[in-house]
Amino acid sequence: MSTAKTGSGYHHAHHYDSAEHEYVSSKQGVWLFLCTEILMFGGLFVGYAIFHHIYPEIFKVGSKFTDWRLGAANTVVLLGSSFTMALGIYYSQKKEQSKAVAMLAITILCGAIFMGIKYIEYSHKIHLGLLPGSWYTADPASLVKYVGDMEIPSNLPMYFSFYYMMTGIHGIHVLVGMGLIAWVMIRAMKGEFGPHYYTPVEGVGLFWHLVDLVWIYLFPLLYLVS
Amino acid sequence: MGHGTGQESTHEHHIIPFATYLKVFISLLVLTVITVAAARVDFGALNAVVAFAIASVKAGLVLAIFMHLKYDDKLNRVIIGSSVFFLIILWIFCILDIFTRVGQSSTL
Repeated sequence: MSTAKTGSGYHHAHHYDSAEHEYVSSKQGVWLFLCTEILMFGGLFVGYAIFHHIYPEIFKVGSKFTDWRLGAANTVVLLGSSFTMALGIYYSQKKEQSKAVAMLAITILCGAIFMGIKYIEYSHKIHLGLLPGSWYTADPASLVKYVGDMEIPSNLPMYFSFYYMMTGIHGIHVLVGMGLIAWVMIRAMKGEFGPHYYTPVEGVGLFWHLVDLVWIYLFPLLYLVS
Repeated sequence: MGHGTGQESTHEHHIIPFATYLKVFISLLVLTVITVAAARVDFGALNAVVAFAIASVKAGLVLAIFMHLKYDDKLNRVIIGSSVFFLIILWIFCILDIFTRVGQSSTL
């Protein structure tokens, strides 16, 4: 390692002019990475828009199987986690180590609650046989209590292809984010962060907020379409 | 902020006050309630537009305050703006294609 810590100061890597230069460059790198994330999720959103236009009925029927209350609960949990993540950075900036660690711990907990609710939702759909594409095995008779007298479109499995692909990739991001937050939390416990060096907390925070941003758009698209 | 040349390592970053984070969090919760409430009102063809507009206000708050873009290097805004720009290009050309097809009898 070409970095070293001495007392309260932070020694930047030798290929940067200064610690500030290192901080700014690192953060730009994270933003560039977030661009690729936006374009990846963006492709799925554009696909959603196209097929929603061609086959509005499958999205109308498909969204009957998502429970908006669970979606709303997950939205609140994820917004809360973004708030505590922002506070994790805030307390790192102020060198209030124990508060920073507590905020990061709550953020991980919120991620776990989010995945727990996702598990309930997924297992409910899998139990009904509402799987994507050719794995779809739902018995129309068992779906009546969800859709009433609405006709089940023959291409309904396409809704679940979108549902599992979008929420699945998002869920993987939540898991990765939880791992990254655990990593910065352990480093925060060791007292590595303070006003002069908190770059990893900031970078991981940006990633976590992006995961929140994607969910902000997914929630109305998958749970509230009518 | 430039590229940091000549910046001392003692340079203090702008710390957004706790109260601002709290206000943004509460605003996001209120906007979530509005999202759910708006979904119960039928705006006709504008349903998706309304949902998308509310989501974009929420996204703006997260980007500006939680992600510190409001006080950040302008280059980061350009970076994120460029991805949104290319996403809009992708969107527009796909929409132009799909919406201008005539007499389609798709078996997709």
